[in-house]
Amino acid sequence: MKLKIVAFGIAKEIMDGKTHELELEASTIGELKKYLCEEYGDFQKLNSLAFAVNEEYQDGTYVLSENDEVVLIPPVAGG
Amino acid sequence: MIDVIISEETLDPLKCAQLAQHPATGGTVQFIGTVRNNTKGKNVVRLEFEAFKSMAVSEMEKIAQQVVKNWGAYAVVIHHRVGVLAIEDIAVIITVATPHRKAAFEACEYAIDTLKQTVPIWKKEIFEDGEVWVAAHP
Repeated sequence: MKLKIVAFGIAKEIMDGKTHELELEASTIGELKKYLCEEYGDFQKLNSLAFAVNEEYQDGTYVLSENDEVVLIPPVAGG
Repeated sequence: MIDVIISEETLDPLKCAQLAQHPATGGTVQFIGTVRNNTKGKNVVRLEFEAFKSMAVSEMEKIAQQVVKNWGAYAVVIHHRVGVLAIEDIAVIITVATPHRKAAFEACEYAIDTLKQTVPIWKKEIFEDGEVWVAAHP
């Protein structure tokens, strides 16, 4: 399926750009994460990598839909 | 009253305190987070903040709603800065007004602790000899 990926912070540097369009087999966030960690090994070095869809955090079980916009959230550091 | 913003402009503690005014308030606590000139002894040149703005506002609103619900706050004002900040610049101001002081201290600490855990904001520390995304790696 086709997904739009938006990367912030260090994720943007790891993927060398803020927005990406991916065509892949993944049907859940968990599978997407596995794909990203294999494709971009530096994700495995992070303290965490969270995901958001529609401005809400979603865990690995979240079922993706065609054309979903998935936001990559590396460890946050506000304040 | 909840007032939550992400701003590229200089933050103003007095303005936040004024926004939080309420006639039934007995105590107002304000946390001001500023840019420190060193991390573990290394000189920091500047910080660069980046936010996923719409979700950051939404997560900050959730925190403010928790503070209203759990501590009976009359006002919760959370202003967070983004962009390039210099040493001593204010990165965040959290102002909580409650009927009595104890709740205001507790609620303000809850708000900043939670903000640091859940709100999608990132910062990069720029040193004289390199740069680091804060909290990214073990």
